[in-house]
Amino acid sequence: MSIDTAVVPDALGHFGPFGGRFVPEALMAALDEINDAFHKAIVDPSFTAELNDLLVNYTGRPSPITVAANFSKHCGGATILLKREDLNHTGSHKINNVLGQALLTKRMGKTRVIAETGAGQHGVATATAAALFGLECVVYMGEEDTKRQALNVARMRLLGATVVPVTTGSRTLKDAINEAMRDWVANVETTHYLFGTVAGPAPFPELVREFHRVIGKEARQQMLDRFHRLPDAVVACVGGGSNAIGIFHEFIPDTDVKLIGIEAGGDGVETGRHASTITGGAVGVLHGARSFVLQDEDGQTVESHSISAGLDYPGVGPEHAYLHDIGRAEYRPVTDAQAMEAFQILCQTEGIIPAIETAHALHGAMTLGKELGPEAYILINLSGRGDKDVETAARWFGLTE
Amino acid sequence: MSSIHDAFARAKSENRAALIGYLPAGYPSRDGAIECIKAMVEGGVDIVEIGLPYSDPVMDGPTIQAAVEISLNAGTKIVDVIETVRAIAADGTPTLVMSYWNPIERFGVEKFATELANAGGVGVITPDLTPEEAGAWNAATDAHGVDRVFLVALSSTNERIATVASETTGFIYAGAVMGVTGARSSISGAIQDLVARTRQASELPVAVGLGVSTPEQAHEIAQYADGVIVGSAFVSAIEKGGAQGARELAEKLAAGVKR
Ligand SMILES: Cc1ncc(COP(=O)(O)O)c(C=O)c1O
Repeated sequence: MSIDTAVVPDALGHFGPFGGRFVPEALMAALDEINDAFHKAIVDPSFTAELNDLLVNYTGRPSPITVAANFSKHCGGATILLKREDLNHTGSHKINNVLGQALLTKRMGKTRVIAETGAGQHGVATATAAALFGLECVVYMGEEDTKRQALNVARMRLLGATVVPVTTGSRTLKDAINEAMRDWVANVETTHYLFGTVAGPAPFPELVREFHRVIGKEARQQMLDRFHRLPDAVVACVGGGSNAIGIFHEFIPDTDVKLIGIEAGGDGVETGRHASTITGGAVGVLHGARSFVLQDEDGQTVESHSISAGLDYPGVGPEHAYLHDIGRAEYRPVTDAQAMEAFQILCQTEGIIPAIETAHALHGAMTLGKELGPEAYILINLSGRGDKDVETAARWFGLTE
Repeated sequence: MSSIHDAFARAKSENRAALIGYLPAGYPSRDGAIECIKAMVEGGVDIVEIGLPYSDPVMDGPTIQAAVEISLNAGTKIVDVIETVRAIAADGTPTLVMSYWNPIERFGVEKFATELANAGGVGVITPDLTPEEAGAWNAATDAHGVDRVFLVALSSTNERIATVASETTGFIYAGAVMGVTGARSSISGAIQDLVARTRQASELPVAVGLGVSTPEQAHEIAQYADGVIVGSAFVSAIEKGGAQGARELAEKLAAGVKR
């Protein structure tokens, strides 16, 4: 098993057979420009110092690890450790990537950023950075998602961003990405596409991963410092895969540490109404990269289904496809109902309201803990907080009038 | 030499640019598309591009998106696209397919090239496939004598143009605007420079598309390019006037491409 190639994609952005660039020629120059700017920036001490200062003094890093002793009882007694990305400024891991790319945007001399968003967390983070750096900001969001994440739409607008509801296709994240790409092709001279996950054409999967690697770097050191050991397993939810790759990456060489990605199972993979791209999809090209895709026999994208807007995406980042392919990570589905069960348990046992995206990972840990037993240490990426989901959850549990 | 080559040569001998017309298969219906494309050819279209409807057309503006959605909702499959090609190519019209990459990869690169060639199709335009990712596609198209058309853009460096040119056969597609398909009121002067830069890198005909909709624009582009590509305007013409609308637009554009 070649771990090296998981760390560094080839010159054309391939992770084994996955990744690459399947984009209109009009975008090739911009992708080259981003690639150059990024590789120069990450070895430039002034860039890393500025980013680090933001991560500490603006975001509030490092994020702590919380021992979830009560929640453990629902996980076969395994020790459950929560990496608290929900405590970051803006309420999720998304800010790590956004600050990095916003600094890159300034370096490239661009004045406008566009973004896609599903749950709205990436949109909020982008709007936040745009406000901080004085950039014009337009966020594309599927109309369906503007409804289920109305709080985040209001947050983005308060921060000064323009939110464009997308009314094509399934009116969710996939269509928001299509619309953002169309904007980008037309405005690439002034505009940076601040992509929100580890999917898309190269260099985005590598670039977004590098800005999220801080999650795993901190967590691995925190494990060693506080618990004098590594976890037996690291669990994270996977939409496009950014919070998962962020926490996984530092542990890839630790081959005794299981890496478990939890995909959205919707109504159940067997029903066809799900967003479990690796579990239930096939290899294909979507949004600029080769990876797993939910598609029919003609290569038409099939609509995904999930209660969670942030996981409701028929694609997945190419590095996850690669980690699956080489057997270094394992991907499992968790249904809407299972995720909501875990959501409620975490609320009531730990006093933490997680994002519904994150609740998928929590249920994954409930199952895994029972498999691994009470001696096991399971590290979960608590990727975001659930304020945005209060309405959906209240409806699910029948708490509204 | 291919029938694409012949069509460009004929246009050149008549002191005009070739007129290339696009329509998605299955729009306005399966048989309606065939009828409309035949009308386009009668009206003066030299080369036909049949769009393969795809669920995520990131290079297309609202006009073609809407047409493609109608086609997909009516159940258009890849086999229907191939049958549309067969119906048009049967009259001797040089016929290409324009397709996003995933449907071809999913259908099978080798199988697609084989079935297209068997149907009389002469080429494929792939707007989101760059030469860097085209290894298997180059082999399959070479094996079946199918032309593969890549694109150059206003933002392409001369180095990229050389890369694209070295892998392209048939003709080179030069994008007239930075952006998606759809009618534009004006076309920037930068496209003339792009065509000139492309000629430095290749002997192949250079055709200009994206945003071209009027006879006036076609006339202007015909002064320096070998071909003029029109898509969204045909969709709009068909929406308003059916096959007759397509024929009339083709006649006007065919007059426009005379130098
Ligand atoms: C809290 C939270 N977790 C996870 C995700 C899923 O994204 P990714 O798979 O890129 O981490 C989102 C996306 O919106 C999110 O808001």
